[in-house]
Amino acid sequence: MTNRRIFLRNSALAMVGAGTAPLWLERALYAAGAPSPRKKILVAIFQRGAADGLNVVVPHGEKAYYEMRPTIAVPRPSAGSPDAAVDLDGFFGLHPSLASLKLLFDQRHLAIVDAAGSPDPTRSHFDAQDYMESGTPGLKATASGWMNRALPRAKGKVSPVRAVAIGATLPRAMRGNEPAISLQKIDNFQVRNAEAAREFQQMYESVADPAMQATGRETFEAVSMLQAIQRQPYSAAGGAEYPRSPFGDSLKQIAQLIKADVGMEMAFADIGGWDHHVNETGARASEGQLANLLRQYGQALSAFWTDMADRMADVALVTMSEFGRTARENGNRGTDHGHANCMFVMGGAIQGGKVYGKWPGLEKHQLYEGRDLALTTDFRDVLGELVVRHMRTPSTAEVFPGHTPKFLGLV
Amino acid sequence: MRPSVTIALVAASLVAALPLLEAWDASKPAREPEVFVTQIAPADRLQQALNRLTYGPRPGDVERVRAIGLEKWIERQLHPESIPENPELSEKLRYLDTLDLSSSQLVLDYPSPEVVRQMVMGQIPYPTDPEIRMMIAKMVARTEQKQGQDAAAADPNAPQLQRLEDLLTEDQIRSLRTGTPEQRLAAFQALPADKQDDAIMAMGPGMRQALFAAAPPSLRRKLELANGPVQVVARDLAEAKVLRAIYSERQLAEVLDDFWFNHFNVFFDKGADRYLVTAYERDAIRPHVLGKFRDLLEATAQSPAMLFYLDNWQSVGTDAPQPRQAKQARRGLNENYGRELMELHTLGVNGGYTQKDVTEVARCFTGWTIYKPQMGGRFFFNARLHDNGQKVVLGVAIPAGGGMADGEKVLDILARRPSTAHFISRELAERFVADDPPQALVDRMADTFLSTDGDVRQVLETMFHSKEFWSVGAYRSKVKSPFEMVASAVRASGGNVDFAAALVNQVAQMGEPLYRKMEPTGYSNSSQEWMNAGGLLARMNFAVQLAGGRLPGVKLELADNTNPGALREGVQLGSPEFQKH
Repeated sequence: MTNRRIFLRNSALAMVGAGTAPLWLERALYAAGAPSPRKKILVAIFQRGAADGLNVVVPHGEKAYYEMRPTIAVPRPSAGSPDAAVDLDGFFGLHPSLASLKLLFDQRHLAIVDAAGSPDPTRSHFDAQDYMESGTPGLKATASGWMNRALPRAKGKVSPVRAVAIGATLPRAMRGNEPAISLQKIDNFQVRNAEAAREFQQMYESVADPAMQATGRETFEAVSMLQAIQRQPYSAAGGAEYPRSPFGDSLKQIAQLIKADVGMEMAFADIGGWDHHVNETGARASEGQLANLLRQYGQALSAFWTDMADRMADVALVTMSEFGRTARENGNRGTDHGHANCMFVMGGAIQGGKVYGKWPGLEKHQLYEGRDLALTTDFRDVLGELVVRHMRTPSTAEVFPGHTPKFLGLV
Repeated sequence: MRPSVTIALVAASLVAALPLLEAWDASKPAREPEVFVTQIAPADRLQQALNRLTYGPRPGDVERVRAIGLEKWIERQLHPESIPENPELSEKLRYLDTLDLSSSQLVLDYPSPEVVRQMVMGQIPYPTDPEIRMMIAKMVARTEQKQGQDAAAADPNAPQLQRLEDLLTEDQIRSLRTGTPEQRLAAFQALPADKQDDAIMAMGPGMRQALFAAAPPSLRRKLELANGPVQVVARDLAEAKVLRAIYSERQLAEVLDDFWFNHFNVFFDKGADRYLVTAYERDAIRPHVLGKFRDLLEATAQSPAMLFYLDNWQSVGTDAPQPRQAKQARRGLNENYGRELMELHTLGVNGGYTQKDVTEVARCFTGWTIYKPQMGGRFFFNARLHDNGQKVVLGVAIPAGGGMADGEKVLDILARRPSTAHFISRELAERFVADDPPQALVDRMADTFLSTDGDVRQVLETMFHSKEFWSVGAYRSKVKSPFEMVASAVRASGGNVDFAAALVNQVAQMGEPLYRKMEPTGYSNSSQEWMNAGGLLARMNFAVQLAGGRLPGVKLELADNTNPGALREGVQLGSPEFQKH
């Protein structure tokens, strides 16, 4: 506790130098130790397709990295170069497209966990995503997802929009006993004809099929909840500019939902397009598929931070991908399916400014199966700590059955 | 003792002994769930057949099937060539002219910006169609204008692109910007003929979209082209799929087209695939939907669309001779296709292959590549890329020096494995019978698969003649996919589809954008994928919009055309019952 107070005060002082400290910091300072009146929120971001963690968080201090990736490695940090890694701590750096996150890292609101992921050996996108979302690597029989199981047991009536996924279908991670909804656009989440809406509601309430009845009930309760914020123009705070992309739009809507205080506790969004078997980079590190994708990815995360402002004290955002990619580049300027990856954790109460996890190294004998970054942190340790220490769910026994998480000190 | 009593006693003791005999016979599988044994009432069989073999019954379908006889109707559906096709369908598909073009023709006639650039630089010939050529010239002018270049300097013959404000009066622009689609169309058609084409180019995509709903087919084509020719290719594919589902008499073949495309999924938006998917569906999938599985494997393995989508076209053997040009980067083995061929196309993820098998299979397929993929090229085997060493795939030794035969051997091996038979049978049973089909049925289908060397038609016969297919557990047990829901709603309400663009968008909103599933798994055959709040809302809204006649391009002829009548129809189509089949 004390460490955190000093921590925040130091950052606050650093910011006072540039102007007034943001409101949320002051509140956090005074409130340290006092119970938070507002509920905590966890935002999970899934990078589908196995993002190349080694080019996202660049181990520029690792010689083997450059030996194994003669054409696609991100160059060592170099002042003023738009193609070089942005140094974080002298060993790791960020891909240049993520330069906007460097400030967050330095301000200690962004933590990175490297060599993290799922211990299961599968290199099938489908299976690995399934295992990461169900929270039970290796078990196909698990029907529900970790986020649904992690929702704190509430006393009394719960918000029908406690768990929201942005997208056309409900992701595995959110399936389960607690009601969860998926939506693409907040404004469109309603039955446009009022009379039809009433009839539909009655029909779905009384249908015999239990799954359909449950979905129907969740739907109409959620519609009712969201009516208050529909049709209201949303402008992001602090001049935040979300990229004009589906992912940018997803984060913007999550921000909107959080600020609307509709009782959302868990949010999910995904972003695809990471499966770079071919032409992962262009002629330069700042060009090509990965660079372009990371640019809008980083921009969206930064915009979210700026937009959320003082609310970030209650919010933790975590990113993950089903596995990483091969340490060596393949013959097509790309990479194939690998093993360990990296995870980002961002939030007002997060102990950022550090790359967590034990770095296993990239020498031949240090690689997993001689080809991939080895795993030293189980993804459930990261998520588990957020579930317990941020969301205040008492235990992870039901969230990650069969696994006892070791907390890293992220919260 | 009297014989009848003896017989009765023997019979009674046999009956009494049956459970003991069953328990004693350890090799017999667990008893099948009751629901898959109990048969549906005879009166429901027509409905079940229509629900599962078609995209939903149209008014009068039940009577039509009864008149032919259910058994005979199923047999006909299994032989689509015996069914005369609906002439309405070819009429509606007539305007979708990209459907019949070869991949290379598509690239030239509906070029992407990169190809347009090459045309302007004289590297590729302009298309022969004068309308498209003019459109391209204007596109070039528009792009260069945006980039601040002087169009005249680039090509003295290029038409000068005018802004809307220079072309039309304020009144004319306003009339194009406001009103119903019909009013906007009238305003457009009132423009002088020589200004219409330029106006299309000068207006933004939003204005074009608004005109679209009321525009006749030839104008629609121009509007689409102005948005970008490659969009036309995408739209034609998706609209044709919807139109066929609604209008084709060869319904089972259409259902199977959807099934096999999903099984051998390809993602339209991946680079060159935009120009390769049309031929893929037309030539690799559709001709083989009721044929031999091995033929499907062959056709998909050699299709440029698949070779590009799963990167095999760039896979090079590590011992292959070095590329001719020294400056060309050394390329290597790509395992993507090798893995998905086994995991998703044949054996299934638990089908008994290892990482080593993946690598070995990938080695076998080196050299299976595409000649000029960005120009819609064809398959060819490039021996210089092939790894000629010996391989071992699933325990089978493939001697060195096999060349293209290596890949063929792999397909032979995979097509004959019991795992493949089971994996395919299970998928078919998931699609046609129930989300979790009974193992006994899957086993029998797999037996047929193996004994007929992968004859899909015969496997389907086994399935359609099984008690499980006609059981209570199968009947109305599945939730319709978005595509099934939209097609069945239009069919059920007797809708007339002038153009299917709005229907395509609805399917996407419900969560199933056609041809755009990024992952090689394709869209799910299982109901629970679709039952979520967002999808349900989209279905309800679609139903009300469709019935209310507010879906552009679709006209219903309801018995009761009044507002309350339309609302009743809409509520019916959005009801829980209608979501299942």
